[in-house]
Parts: sequence; structure tokens; C-alpha cells
Amino acid sequence: MPTVAPYDFDEHVELATFIDNQPVFALVDGTIQFPLSPNKVVQANDGLLCATLTQDGASILTGGEDGRVMRVVDGTAELVSEQKNKWIDVITSGPNGAIGFASGRTAWVVANGETKQFDHERAVEGLAFAPKGLRLACGRYNGVSLHWVATSGSPVDLHWDGAHTKVMYSPDGKYVVTSMAENALHGWRLDDKRTGDGKHMRMTGYPAKPKSLSWSPKGKWLASSGAQAAICWPFSGKDGPMGKAPKELGTRGDSMVVCVACHPSEDVVAVGYADGMVMAVKIDDGGEALLRRAGKGAISSLAWDPDGTRIVFGSEEGEAGLIDVTG
Amino acid sequence: MSEARTPVTVLTGYLGSGKTTLLNRILSEDHGKKYAVIVNEFGEIGIDNDLIVESDEEIYEMNNGCVCCTVRGDLVRVVQGLLKRKGRFDGILVETTGLADPAPVAQTFFMDDDVRAKAQLDAVVGLVDAKHFPLRLKDAPEAEDQIAFADVVILNKVDLVSAEELEKVRATVRKINPHAVIHTAERSQIALAEVLDRGSFDLDRILEDDPHFLHNHEHGHPDHECGPSCDHDHGHGHSHDHTHKCGPDCDHDDHKLDASTHDTTVKSVSLRAGEMNHDLFFPWINKLTQMDGPDILRLKGIVAFAGDDDRFVVQGVHMIMEGDHQRPWRADEKRETRMVFIGRNLDREKIERTFNACVAA
Repeated sequence: MPTVAPYDFDEHVELATFIDNQPVFALVDGTIQFPLSPNKVVQANDGLLCATLTQDGASILTGGEDGRVMRVVDGTAELVSEQKNKWIDVITSGPNGAIGFASGRTAWVVANGETKQFDHERAVEGLAFAPKGLRLACGRYNGVSLHWVATSGSPVDLHWDGAHTKVMYSPDGKYVVTSMAENALHGWRLDDKRTGDGKHMRMTGYPAKPKSLSWSPKGKWLASSGAQAAICWPFSGKDGPMGKAPKELGTRGDSMVVCVACHPSEDVVAVGYADGMVMAVKIDDGGEALLRRAGKGAISSLAWDPDGTRIVFGSEEGEAGLIDVTG
Repeated sequence: MSEARTPVTVLTGYLGSGKTTLLNRILSEDHGKKYAVIVNEFGEIGIDNDLIVESDEEIYEMNNGCVCCTVRGDLVRVVQGLLKRKGRFDGILVETTGLADPAPVAQTFFMDDDVRAKAQLDAVVGLVDAKHFPLRLKDAPEAEDQIAFADVVILNKVDLVSAEELEKVRATVRKINPHAVIHTAERSQIALAEVLDRGSFDLDRILEDDPHFLHNHEHGHPDHECGPSCDHDHGHGHSHDHTHKCGPDCDHDDHKLDASTHDTTVKSVSLRAGEMNHDLFFPWINKLTQMDGPDILRLKGIVAFAGDDDRFVVQGVHMIMEGDHQRPWRADEKRETRMVFIGRNLDREKIERTFNACVAA
């Protein structure tokens, strides 16, 4: 039976994650909480808007209402960049310590001691680095712009009408997937020579915006929120999910899935609901394990530790916890 | 839906109409409330507030094939960001640019589920520079749209115009939007209670405090603002089958109106009838808003359904509409349906004919 160590922060949890096997929580008031280290709290921003774990798992990047991009490492916050009078809307971590962030219509990349700026005609709402090579995907209205950071050539334009609010590369770099304001996911195949509609993957049918996305190990499945079940699209075939039905996992009649996180090595998804419940569900057979009963507020962040034995979660109302799945 | 949604007040108005002055008054006056402010750009006049957010206007068309279903993507993001932290402020003020179309701003608060869950449009306040308004009407269609969308219109800088000019501007505003509450001000001096916490989009309060809508138009009514240039429909539209008490100087003749107001392209159609047939009304209003949505800027209404003891209220922006049962009809109330459409190119004859066809047999 899994056990839950609860925490209560009284502020929306923007990011729940692990650093050095310790649970860490980034709250929207700009504090970074380390509940297993008594009284350890780091003030990263005056109002935090976005946060992410770095790819090496050793630090947290944050962006705030104060225009600051911060790196929290070894229990201290250091300034990465500052954009006066701007909100840092979105932040992402890339290979070899690269940092991408955006405010309004501009995205920046800090890599190898340099800061590069990428201007767009529309606001950049989503950011993601390709798994290999220093390439940044910027999700915006009517599509995605792919920038090679090292060169100053014009970006590749992946066009699809509508508002794209989140962007991800598949772990193998073959696909770019966005979450759209129109309750859909959209994907592009990057690696084949098909043109026109053949490049596009439309994943629709969501009753709400699919705002949380997570890839299973090796990119076999893409799990998503935005329905009364976690919707998992099969990406193992050469056509991706096209022509195949997604799996619906952890279906409930009385609450929506708002957060998903795939296990680091097995085909299992941690599923967070709008009423605060957390379950783990096997992708193969849909077997469910209740990890946390409903609480106050929707689950806003979920993450597995690198071993896949513990889960941290946070909610919009500031409830949080550390779940030991092995019990 | 969360229990208490944060009220959002939208300030519209052409360049130089006094929006920033009004904003600064709202922020500096001692009313014990805190506001977050969303502006398009930091103007030359500073705004003194901790929580001021600059936001580039991002118009997003929703991919449902309708060009008028647009939202402000930047507002979706900023409002959600602001509301993640609890108890920081009591309301949000959105200042739009002088040229802004108010529809996407209003639609954001109806179309985006995440925004709707936490924020509620309270009122659209339109500022009008009384002196330059006639000129604006000629060169900027946005100026008319801003009036058409407004729940509260502030005729500002009235010290710069004569009494006659002011009345002409007032009559013109009434012609565009017969149900807006109109105030006059110098240097944006207006009691803030007239601007904030209006509940104009709240279905429970819709039209409740609108004397032009709820009460029979009798010229003895104390709230009645009709002057010699009275230009409302007086609820009679084209049907003259009820007692109407216009005096000899009530000027509801279109030919005479033209001289006393400025030319406008936005018009309103007011409708009144008895009890409606539920099964005819909804297909009618759905079809009308689907077909004529681009031309309909605002609609509001109180509907009496045959066999239904509750008042039904509707409101809409372009093609987006919401409606709900509000409360039981009171014994002293006449069970009557009233609606108003504000828009361009509205076919008054068609709307009236099809509306009247929905009356319960």
C-alpha cells in the first residue's frame, strides 16, 4: 500500500519535482521549498510564473513577474537573465545546460555563455529544445518556429492554424507535438519527406484543453490530460498515432484529468485529477492503483523520482505530498 | 466554477479620451481595494501600481470556422497568471488601446474555460471625449464599436463643449446603445461606484438596474432621460398596439433624428412581446446569432416562457451567447419578453417578424 507524506504550502504549486532524491516544490509566490530540509526555503522570484527541472536533474529554472530568470542550485538562487518590466511566461531546459525562456513575442536562449534573442510576430506560448543539437521550438499562434540556435538563418515554420500553447519534441526527435487552445493536440513529422497533409497529425476529441503532456519511455506513448481519462496516443508505429485509437486510462465519471507524468522506465502513468486525486495506471492493461484520495484543488504538477519508486505532487490550492509507491 | 470569481473591468475609449486618468484615479483613491492592471503598453503618464502588467494584444481566432469567434490570447495567459496567487487583489482592470475592437476582450471571458472558472467580466466602460467624438465617428468605426459594447459610457471633458454639443453627443450615444448607463465627467472625475462592481455581465443582474429596459416608458418616469431629441424605440418598435404616452415633443421620427444626432452605422433593435414558446425561441435565437453573429455586437434580453415560472435571461457578444433562469416572476410583474440587439446592418423587419413568430400560441 502506498504511503503519502503530505505538505501544505497555501500557494499554488507550479512545479513539484526531485533534486538529489529530495522533493522540491516551486510555488507561485516565488519560493522554492525543500520540505525534507527543515526551514530551507529559497526566494527565487517576486511572483513565479514558470519553472522547470534542468535536464541534468540538478537544478530548477524559474521565470517570474519580476522579469528575472533564476537558477536554483545547491540551495541558492542565482540570476541567469533579467528583462525589465516583462513577465517571463515560459521556460525550458536544453542539452548541456542550455536555457530557453520567453516573454511576449521574444524568446531567448542562454547557452555556452552567450544569450541569443529570437523575435516572433506573435507571442511565444510554448518552448522546447530538441533532444539533440541546439535547436529550439517556439509554439505560437498558427504554428511552431524551429530555430537552430548556433546559426542565424531563418527558422523552419511548421504551420497549422490556431493557438499553440505548449510544445514538445518526442524523445527521439522525430515529432513535434503542440497543445492547442482548441482542445486538441497537433503533431508534425519532422524526419520524413512527406509533404502537405502527410506531415500533420491531428489528435482531437478532448472536452478540455490538453495542457499536460508526458512521453513514456522511448517515446512509445504520449499521455495527455484534458478529458475524464488520461488519453495515451501510440507513437511506436511509423505513422505515429494516425489511424489508431488512443488508450483511455484511469477513467472517472466525476472528475477531469488535469496532470499526467509517465514513469521513467515502465509503461505506467501517474494521473492527477481536478479534485486532487492521484492514481498510477498501467498503459498495457489499464490496471489502476489509487495513490492519493481527492483533496483541495486540482493537481497542478506531478513527477516521478529517477528510480520510479516515489512521486511528488502539488495542487492549485497549495496541497502537496510525497508518495512512496512501494509502500 | 469557483465560488467567487474575480471581477474584471474593461476600459475602452479612443486615444485621448481619458482612460489613463481614470485608471490612476481608480488606483489612487481610498476605496480600500487593490487592483491588478493590464495595459497594452506603459504610457507616457506613469501608472502608480505594484501590479501592472504590460501585454501585447494577441487576437486568436478560434478554429471553428467563425471569424468573429476571437479571443485575446495574451489576456488568457496574463489573467491565469495573476489569479494563481490568491488574495493579492480584489479586481482586474484591463485598459485597451484606442483602436481596439472590444469584442475579443469580452469574448475571452466567455469562451476560455480556464479564464471563466476564475474571472468574470464585470463591465465594459467606454470613455468618450465629448469634444472630439463627432470627428471620431467619421474616421474610426472602432469608436462606435466601443460605445456599442459599453455597459457604462462616460462622456468625458464635458467642460470643453457647449450644452447643445453635449446633448447631441449624448443623443448619439443613446442611438448607438440605448441601454448603456451614461455619465458625464470632467477630467475623468466620476464616482468609482459607477464604474466598478457593476455586475453588468452577471445574468442575475442583467438589465436589472436599467430603467430603459425594465419599465414601461412613460414620460413621467423619474429615470427617463428623454429630451427633445429622444431617440429610443420606446419599446413600441413597429407595433403600435399598446398605449403609448409620448408627448407632442417626443421626437421619435427618424427624419427629425438625423438633425439632432451624428451619423452612426451601429443601430439597435428593441423587441417586446408576451410569453414565448420555448421550442420556437431557442432555434430562432441560435439561428439568428449563427447567421447574423458578425453584425450583432451585443444582445441582452429577459424572456418569459409560457408555462415557466422563472424569468430567463440571455446575453451575448457576436455569436457567443449564454442564458439561464434567473428568478421567479413576481406577482406584480408583467410576464413579458424584452430583448435588445445592438449591431450593424441589422434587418429590423426580419428580426421583429421572426421574433414575433416565437410568441406562444
